Amino acid sequence: MSKQSHLGANAAAFLAGLIFAAGLVLGGMTQPAKVIGFLDFFGGAWDPSLAFVMGGAVLVHAPIYALVVRRRSQPVLQDRFHIPTQRELTVPLIAGSALFGVGWGLGGFCPGPGLVSLTSLELEAATFVGAMTLGMVVHYLVTRTSDAPAKAPPTAPRTSRADA
Amino acid sequence: MDHSSFTPLMSLAGGALIGLSATVLLLANGRIAGISGIYASAITGGSGPWQWRWLFLAGLLMGGALLFGLMPAAFAIVTDRPLWAVAVAGLLVGVGTRYGSGCTSGHGVCGMSRLSKRSFVATMVFIITGAATVAVARLLGGAA
Repeated sequence: MSKQSHLGANAAAFLAGLIFAAGLVLGGMTQPAKVIGFLDFFGGAWDPSLAFVMGGAVLVHAPIYALVVRRRSQPVLQDRFHIPTQRELTVPLIAGSALFGVGWGLGGFCPGPGLVSLTSLELEAATFVGAMTLGMVVHYLVTRTSDAPAKAPPTAPRTSRADA
Repeated sequence: MDHSSFTPLMSLAGGALIGLSATVLLLANGRIAGISGIYASAITGGSGPWQWRWLFLAGLLMGGALLFGLMPAAFAIVTDRPLWAVAVAGLLVGVGTRYGSGCTSGHGVCGMSRLSKRSFVATMVFIITGAATVAVARLLGGAA
């Protein structure tokens, strides 16, 4: 990769972050009470707004993925696509997602809105992000030590671990 | 929460922007816009080029700061949840999204858009356990 395309790729990443934040805020994701209102199916006053956030995102992204990304052998500014290749349903996928859901319902934050909400300087947002960071570091330290001797080739697990 | 808070058009527009962001990152950089993965790899040191993750996060915070200046009401961080519950929530979200390889963005938006079976299942699971948690919190907290 030339220096110039790295610069372009970094600029694109920054732009993507800006747009993502705008989408989360406009969509109502930085209001934990609204998130909890979406998850409150049995409370008698269900707020379906967040289904529209997910729906709007998929309506834009899915056709471009199917019609443009899938037909390209590489992205515009980098060498290759980093798309998860794993297909199997695994225990960590389901157990991890279950834990995430409990945390989501408890605090009303998922990772993106938590990070964006830091800019409000509210104690709740800082508490959430601090604890989330701790949880991620603990997971990293635990899996690093347990994975190291078990998996011989360091390259294979790295790609299959590719983040969704 | 009541039906007066239902915001289908704003939420649809916000969602479209999230889809646009995911498209920019995938088409330009070949990367999935999964916030939990990007953030975790940024702080623990992922493999390969790393600057883009920090720049994405910088854009996320810059965008947040700009919008907080323009529309602070959109950051209404008001719930009936005590701070200790928010801390426990953060821990569960941190650990859970790493074991589950993604969150609302990586699975719910990017994975679903790719018609990934893993992401469909993950999204169903975290919505179900999220709803169950809210239902239990409602029972424990009375009229909350």
